[in-house]
Amino acid sequence: MSPIELLETRITGVVRAVTGAGEQELVPQSRLSGPMPWVIAIMVTMTVIAMAAGLALRNTVVSAQAGLEGGITVQIVEPRAGERQAQSKAALERLRALPGVTGARLVPQDELDRLIEPWLGSDGGSASTMAIPVPALIDVQLAEQASEARVGQIRAALAKVAPAARVDAQSGWLEPVYDAIASLQWLAIALVLLLALALAAAVLMAARSALGTNRETIEIVHLLGGTDAQIAKVFQRSMGVDAIGGGVVGFALAVVVILFLGRHFAGLGAGMVESGALGWNDWLLLAMVPVAAALLAMLTARLTVMHALRKML
Amino acid sequence: MSQPAGDEIVQFDNVGLRYGTDREVLRNLSFTLFPGSFYFLTGASGAGKTSLLRLLYLAQRPSRGAIRMFGADAITLPRERLPMLRRRIGVVFQDFRLVSHLSAFDNVALPLRVAGANERDLRKPVTDMLEWVGLADRMDARPATLSGGEQQRVAIARAVIARPQMLVADEPSGNVDPEMAVKLLRLFEALNGLGTTVVVATHDVHLLQKVPDSLIMRLNKGQLGDPTGALKFPPARDASPVRPARPSA
Repeated sequence: MSPIELLETRITGVVRAVTGAGEQELVPQSRLSGPMPWVIAIMVTMTVIAMAAGLALRNTVVSAQAGLEGGITVQIVEPRAGERQAQSKAALERLRALPGVTGARLVPQDELDRLIEPWLGSDGGSASTMAIPVPALIDVQLAEQASEARVGQIRAALAKVAPAARVDAQSGWLEPVYDAIASLQWLAIALVLLLALALAAAVLMAARSALGTNRETIEIVHLLGGTDAQIAKVFQRSMGVDAIGGGVVGFALAVVVILFLGRHFAGLGAGMVESGALGWNDWLLLAMVPVAAALLAMLTARLTVMHALRKML
Repeated sequence: MSQPAGDEIVQFDNVGLRYGTDREVLRNLSFTLFPGSFYFLTGASGAGKTSLLRLLYLAQRPSRGAIRMFGADAITLPRERLPMLRRRIGVVFQDFRLVSHLSAFDNVALPLRVAGANERDLRKPVTDMLEWVGLADRMDARPATLSGGEQQRVAIARAVIARPQMLVADEPSGNVDPEMAVKLLRLFEALNGLGTTVVVATHDVHLLQKVPDSLIMRLNKGQLGDPTGALKFPPARDASPVRPARPSA
């Protein structure tokens, strides 16, 4: 044996002794050379993006609900400008006197003009001078949630002083939007589950293929007294390493995509979109995806191999 | 060779083996193997030697009959308990069956690793064993780069490294020169002297003469030919076993 070979042998021995390697060498390893890490990377990327979308939607809903929970809008729908103004003033005074009302303000004319501008345009002048009568708006904030009963009470209180008043809970207007967002959230959850299933199926096929390729070796290890658990552990560990490698790559890719999309959405300047920004707890949850993928891959590999080995003597 | 009663390590009782729906390749085998004995299994090609060895190293369950090994019923034993029995058996396969992606060192270390030996503890015995079979300078070589004889020596080293209670060897001298064949037999004898039961399948009649205290099991068309009854189950204690002629000086 040449000195170099001798040195190599000694180094191998030391590495083996230090790392406790050995069992994992029962079956040939092909880490990061096969398609599995890349399949896992793609799965993790898609899962993280789908989950991030779901979390952002949830944040949007939570934020919007928090803002509108105690909000009520009172419209004074009266075509005669003078009467409208009088009823608005009376309603505002009555509202401020009601218990549980923390704030009430008449929406200024210029703000009203800006609100209707997208529909009616700015050429016709302000709402006050338009031929089309535009209701006066009172923005009311309650201390508690604007329930149906509470809205009914306020409606009754305003009936005498402002018969043209229409009272609506602000959250009610966004109910269809909430429903749509909830559907998207369910879609995101379904996507995450489907991707988990696809990952498990891919691992199952990879494990079966590896078992077929290494059948001869496995048989020898069996005949030398190797247990199913020992053999399964080798595949499980190998798959775990692939999954962790793929998971890290997939997560990094997903983070880039999310940040990119986040920047673009932030550029829209829409308050509702901005409120969907991900918090630290959301990022922590997303970081758990590659971990969960690795655990799922390892569990699937173990169960597949154990099941297959049970057919051997 | 008289044997103490009740310490048999292998008992075959009316064992038969068939593959699929073909005719039986082994028929009505009844014999007992005792600890510390040395057996040669002989017979022409196709007589069923390898099939019998497969039953002995628990690679196969018989189609009928009863087999007890190391005091356990090998037929009804749950498969999760088979590894513990297999670890007590060393096997030299006819086609070596070395693990192609492992070096000579790792192939020999395999039974120790499977048994859970610490990496620090296996280096010396494996190195010593490879030195003994003359492969100290080929420790890191993969099987594909070894000659047939070298592969066979690795296979033998792997079979005996864990000091098995029973060693089963299928034509172990088939690919080695006569000098190495004798050396291997001496190793088997040394193991036998330590109490290991050795079963060597061979059609090399010269080999039989080199182990004077060995017993011979002759297989002929799947049946055990044993005119003296020494290998029958239950064994005839006072019968003289079939002994090979002592090698001439």
